[in-house]
Amino acid sequence: MKKTFVTAVAALMAAAPAMADLVFPSLSYRTGPYAAGGIPFADGYADYFTLLNERDGGIGGVMTKLLECETGYNTEKGVECYESTKGQGALVYQPLSTGITYQLIPKTMADDIPMHTMGYGRTSAANGDVFSHTFNYPGTYWNGASGAVNYLLESNGGDISGKKIALVYHNSAYGKEPIRTLEELQKKHGFELSLLPVDHPGQEQKSQWLQIRRERPDFVLMWGWGVMNQVAIQEAANIRFPMENFIGIWWSGAEHDVLSAGDKANGYKALTFHNVGRDFPIFDDIQKYVVDTGKAAGAGDQIGNVLYNRGMYAAMLAAEAAKTAQAIHGTADINASQMRDGMEALEITEEKMAALGMPNFGPSFTVTCENHGGPGLVGVTQWDAASKTWSLISDFKPTDMEVIGGLIAEDSAAYASENNIPSNCK
Amino acid sequence: MPEQLVFAMEVFLNGLMAGVLYALVALGFVLIYKASGIFNFAQGVMALFAAMTLVGIQKGQVPFAHLINAMLGTHIHHFGWHIHSFIAILLTVGVMILLAWAVQKVVFKHLVGQEPIILFMATIGLAYFLEGFADLMWNSEIKKLDVCMTANACLPQGINIPIDEFTYGIFGYGFFIDNLDITATIVAIILVAALVIFSQYTKQGRAMRAVADDHQAALSVGISLNFIWVLVWSVAGFVALVAGIMWGAKSGVQFSLSLIALKALPVLMLGGFTSIPGAIVGGLIIGVGEKLFEFAIGPMVGGATENWFAYVLALIFLVFRPQGLFGEKIIERV
Repeated sequence: MKKTFVTAVAALMAAAPAMADLVFPSLSYRTGPYAAGGIPFADGYADYFTLLNERDGGIGGVMTKLLECETGYNTEKGVECYESTKGQGALVYQPLSTGITYQLIPKTMADDIPMHTMGYGRTSAANGDVFSHTFNYPGTYWNGASGAVNYLLESNGGDISGKKIALVYHNSAYGKEPIRTLEELQKKHGFELSLLPVDHPGQEQKSQWLQIRRERPDFVLMWGWGVMNQVAIQEAANIRFPMENFIGIWWSGAEHDVLSAGDKANGYKALTFHNVGRDFPIFDDIQKYVVDTGKAAGAGDQIGNVLYNRGMYAAMLAAEAAKTAQAIHGTADINASQMRDGMEALEITEEKMAALGMPNFGPSFTVTCENHGGPGLVGVTQWDAASKTWSLISDFKPTDMEVIGGLIAEDSAAYASENNIPSNCK
Repeated sequence: MPEQLVFAMEVFLNGLMAGVLYALVALGFVLIYKASGIFNFAQGVMALFAAMTLVGIQKGQVPFAHLINAMLGTHIHHFGWHIHSFIAILLTVGVMILLAWAVQKVVFKHLVGQEPIILFMATIGLAYFLEGFADLMWNSEIKKLDVCMTANACLPQGINIPIDEFTYGIFGYGFFIDNLDITATIVAIILVAALVIFSQYTKQGRAMRAVADDHQAALSVGISLNFIWVLVWSVAGFVALVAGIMWGAKSGVQFSLSLIALKALPVLMLGGFTSIPGAIVGGLIIGVGEKLFEFAIGPMVGGATENWFAYVLALIFLVFRPQGLFGEKIIERV
């Protein structure tokens, strides 16, 4: 299989006429209240494509081109970016916003352009039979909710019945995503769930943390983004809530979320679907071919940071899907429709990850027509304030697909029926 | 004493503290509106700019580093020094005075005599310009704010132990009061006292009040309108710095600081746009009102009531006193 693929790509390169670039739009946000998270992700995404161009001559012999468009994490601007870039040969969109994702789901279907919402967006889009053009591998928010509960089960001898879990969440479509899963898991495992919404932007959370102090939950989960994360971690430290019992979703677990609380943030945990740190050979290549040559998207000082790694990981998955599409369709100059096929046939193995210089960076998985959400494996990271580093403290473990699968089927069936969507996987 | 009542008392006290922080932001609005009739939409961004400048100076950050590096191909980001907080605050005040002068010279000098709505629109433009300028100057990374007078005397944060122990002794439940909020309250008291002394007992302060009362009359007795407006914007810049320090200590210095202006609007609606005591009392009422409402009613309606309830409270007051609690009643004769 590998040999065939290499032969096919080599043949394509030899016979290829002058081709257009492979265009990867990046709907980024380098300004506004969420820029601190948007910048490293966008830099990681851009630097990986620059690396492919500089080191490998692009993908399958075709150079890549990044089309960056500033959304400011604003849904209207995100849609504008999509409309203004889709005609320029865009292969796959990464909106990095749940709000923009919801708006783009019907548009991408109509325009036959795939969208990758890695670890965010509409969870039920994991059902590829309904959401033909949306992919959210390797994990979703519902995997995150289940992963957090599984971690608590594991660290409490398999029993959390009677325990109190509080969910502090951004009062938006994003923040509300895990509630339904947690309510189902509450029935299954017998814990007590309390919900504490925080309004945008989350600068003032005194009421929520006073309530936590009064009710003394055993664990606090957080679905935050932007300033909400920093304030929550500071407030948790202020009321002396044990940091090891405070777990954030993967969008609440970057360096800038914990640094402003200083030593008090030590021990705080966050979920993840990829590895952390810069101890991977890929970063040596990025340093050599991108940063040292002055072609980095940023100052080059974000390499190894959580969100930089995530952006780079998203770019790697897009590039691998493009390679798969080239092999399937026998052409290096793929279009968006072919890219979608590549995403649906994507196979990530540990062998492939090691060859890319990313051993054990993320889980192995295979995307199918029915499953666009990947394996849903979730790991846990912990912050060490002294060394100012995150460490992966668990393996990437399976989540409760019995519960999540049922919810995905129910939600996607309702969407299909409301929007009269035919089956994609006949 | 019933448990819920004890909890309500704790919420009440925290509401007062939150109110002080809201009042700190509202004060800047009042100062400028009182002296020039301009509703300064950029006040929140001024707090952001001031706090970013303070951290930048303190940590020896090179201003416009990204721009310089992009143009010259260099890789400079820091001067390599660390400046004491007190000196950094003084230097930041200097920058805010410079900003006040530039704002007056470049923008408002040319808009004298324009309709209030034009002046308001100009401050919206100023806010967006300043936002981008601050980003360009100091970059958009989240910065940790460490204001320390000595190595062991930094801005305190976390639960106040004596209050916790004292209330535990009385109620069997220790109240949570954040040391930072207590500090903010003390700073706000000193700030208001200083503003009162300045406006009552100094020549410039009296001139400021004269301009606030009647521009034409002030001009006719030889008061320089330009100077007074630079002075007022400078004082508002200083207040913005104080608000930026207090809010920035909670969350780190980052873009969201500019949104604290949203917290000041209901305070101004309630307290009036022209009264310093109004900003303080308005802040306290909003702080206590929103926190108690969230405590008592929030759980019944799904929570997150504070943002909208603050405005409901302000609107209720407006119905009965359109000029706000302490605002001046404006009577226009036709």
